[in-house]
Amino acid sequence: MKYTLSILVENQPGVLSKVSGLFSRRGFNIDSLAVGITEDPAISRITIVVNGDEYIVEQVEKQLNKLIPVIKVKVLQPGMFISCELSLIKVNCQTKQRAEIMKIVELMHAQIVDVATTSLTIQLTDNDEHTQTLISLLKPYGIKEIVRAGTLAIEKGPTTARKQNS
Amino acid sequence: MISGAEIMAECLKNENVQIAFGYPGAAICPFLDYLYRSPIKNVLVREEQNAAHEASGYARASGKPGVCVATSGPGATNLITGIATAYMDSIPLIVITGQVSSELLGRDVFQEADITGACEPFTKHSYLVKSAADLPRIFKEAFHIASTGRPGPVLIDVPVDIQAEEVPEFVYPQKANIIGYKPRTTGHAMQIKKALSAMAEAKRPVLVCGGGVVLAGARDELVAFAQNSGIPVVSTMMGIGVVPMNSPLYLGMIGMHGHKNANRAMHEADLIILCGARVGDRAVSAPEQMGEKATIIHIDIDPAEIGKNVTAHIPIVGDIRLVLRDFIEQSAVSVPKEWIDAVLRYKKEFVPGGEPDNSSGFVEPRSFMRVLSSLMEEDAILTADVGQNQIWAARNFNVKEGRFLTSGGLGTMGYALPAAIGAKLAKPRRQVLCICGDGSFQMAMCELGTLCQNSVNIKIIVMQNDRLGMVKEIQDNKYGSRYAMTLLQGNPDFVKIAEAYGIPAALATSNEEAERLAREMFTSDRAFILVCRVNPDAPTI
Ligand SMILES: Cc1ncc(C[n+]2csc(CCOP(=O)(O)OP(=O)(O)O)c2C)c(N)n1
Repeated sequence: MKYTLSILVENQPGVLSKVSGLFSRRGFNIDSLAVGITEDPAISRITIVVNGDEYIVEQVEKQLNKLIPVIKVKVLQPGMFISCELSLIKVNCQTKQRAEIMKIVELMHAQIVDVATTSLTIQLTDNDEHTQTLISLLKPYGIKEIVRAGTLAIEKGPTTARKQNS
Repeated sequence: MISGAEIMAECLKNENVQIAFGYPGAAICPFLDYLYRSPIKNVLVREEQNAAHEASGYARASGKPGVCVATSGPGATNLITGIATAYMDSIPLIVITGQVSSELLGRDVFQEADITGACEPFTKHSYLVKSAADLPRIFKEAFHIASTGRPGPVLIDVPVDIQAEEVPEFVYPQKANIIGYKPRTTGHAMQIKKALSAMAEAKRPVLVCGGGVVLAGARDELVAFAQNSGIPVVSTMMGIGVVPMNSPLYLGMIGMHGHKNANRAMHEADLIILCGARVGDRAVSAPEQMGEKATIIHIDIDPAEIGKNVTAHIPIVGDIRLVLRDFIEQSAVSVPKEWIDAVLRYKKEFVPGGEPDNSSGFVEPRSFMRVLSSLMEEDAILTADVGQNQIWAARNFNVKEGRFLTSGGLGTMGYALPAAIGAKLAKPRRQVLCICGDGSFQMAMCELGTLCQNSVNIKIIVMQNDRLGMVKEIQDNKYGSRYAMTLLQGNPDFVKIAEAYGIPAALATSNEEAERLAREMFTSDRAFILVCRVNPDAPTI
């Protein structure tokens, strides 16, 4: 089962390696990882998607909490958050196929960000499921390259995974 | 103006540091120069690993963080085993390393090592200092982190140019304020209630005392709670000495090398109260089965310990000392008489191994440990290395008001001698006895130099079996007595080694001789090395 962890950390050098080191030391594989600063520039948020069971996630959460620069760890509850991911997909495209591909792009609410004589580059911001769908629709044309950012996640409604006051 | 190096020394003074163990090199010279001029005692070790072990022995005996210092590169990497040893046993250390100049970081220049990176899994936290102005905050935080919550080593890596950098003034902060670090100390009231009612219902309760009790300074509380409640106590290796071994309800050490009666009581218990015990595999071989038979109350300051190896029915996160105080205040536990009778019977049935065999030309190690403990003061500190010698000591030495220091977590050979030196420097008036195997002694033998230079009066016992005994025993049991890499041929004459350092020493080849020499040893006010010839086939248990 996939778990999405939202981790607030102090924005310091080395923190990312501390966090990811915790996973690798225990032999847990990270499915996806995304980092960026938050509304407070001294604080960054790391979103990690990890595949595992409840025990693994509980262990990881507790071990993460032990790291001094970690401010807060929240395991997001399934169905209670929105997630998305940015993908750039470069696909083979001869002139006569262009309209066809553009149709797919339009249907999937993606965007064409670069056009060349033999290729198109498509940008999609969506969840993992839709990204997979787009990729499978484009596959027959020949995918040249895929670049995916990690998953970002935020809770639905007014709840936040922010640190409490201060 | 004040330099980074001077600030570092000032920080240590502000933290009331009295002693620092270390080894020099160009990258730490600016700091050492100020350390030398400060009132802090400098102890030059003979190899950096021992600086960490000495600081660890000091910390364990004094209850304050131990400080050790090394230069960049090889100096820093030599510390790693010592840091990891302290980390596994949750010993507070402040580790200060020099680093190459900031602008050269990452270029693999002479004596550069990414020590904060290398020690990531073994430190509670680490700092690579980027500006001298950050030093006061960093030192304040480091001492706070090392000594609060679950204690542990904190590394401060300071590039040599930062040590030289000048800043306008030095102000030591009053308090450390780290947003993500606020260890919880009081146990949750509801959980305490639940625990107390489980104790009231239990028919066969057992208290398991771990190293966390020592670290929390909760010895008096644990003894008081055990006495008030009448719950029998067993201990892990790290918890030895918390409850005086002659107390009526103390059953001994649990685990693979533990006492049969202690293990038996654990096995039959219907309630197990784990106090600052991490349920290591040497102490509990099948943690998953533990909870099937008994209700488990697990008390630990580190929330990550709870549920790690054993699922607790009643977890309590908090300082053992405070939790036990709550227990004492609120409990009205009365342990069924049948249980008490049963454990006392088990205890009576227990026969300590190793009867003196006077004809053999050897010292019988297990009975000799009992002799040693009878000859020593009540509050003596004992350090033991790793191997058979450690188990002989742990099982047979009668720790009363004193302490038992050993590398329980990482199991680092070569720990006992430097730890004993550190402990003696922390508690000069207490007797300190160090027990080593001939293998482990040789791993740290160079520290005899440190011992002499500082006139440290510790008593060292070398159990010489000319084997790496514990591994040899495994080879006897599992590998057809093929002694791959376990025969210590080429052992020196340890008495002569001692002589070369000017340390009084003697060799004992029988129990009587060992006892006589031990008596002599304890009357002298100098260090002494007693080499005991041990039968290579002497069993561990
Ligand atoms: C640094 C280190 N290397 C290897 C080991 C593995 N080991 C555990 S016990 C032991 C033998 C110890 O021999 P000795 O010190 O002579 O003590 P004895 O068992 O004979 O009492 C060894 C090699 C260890 N614990 N630590």
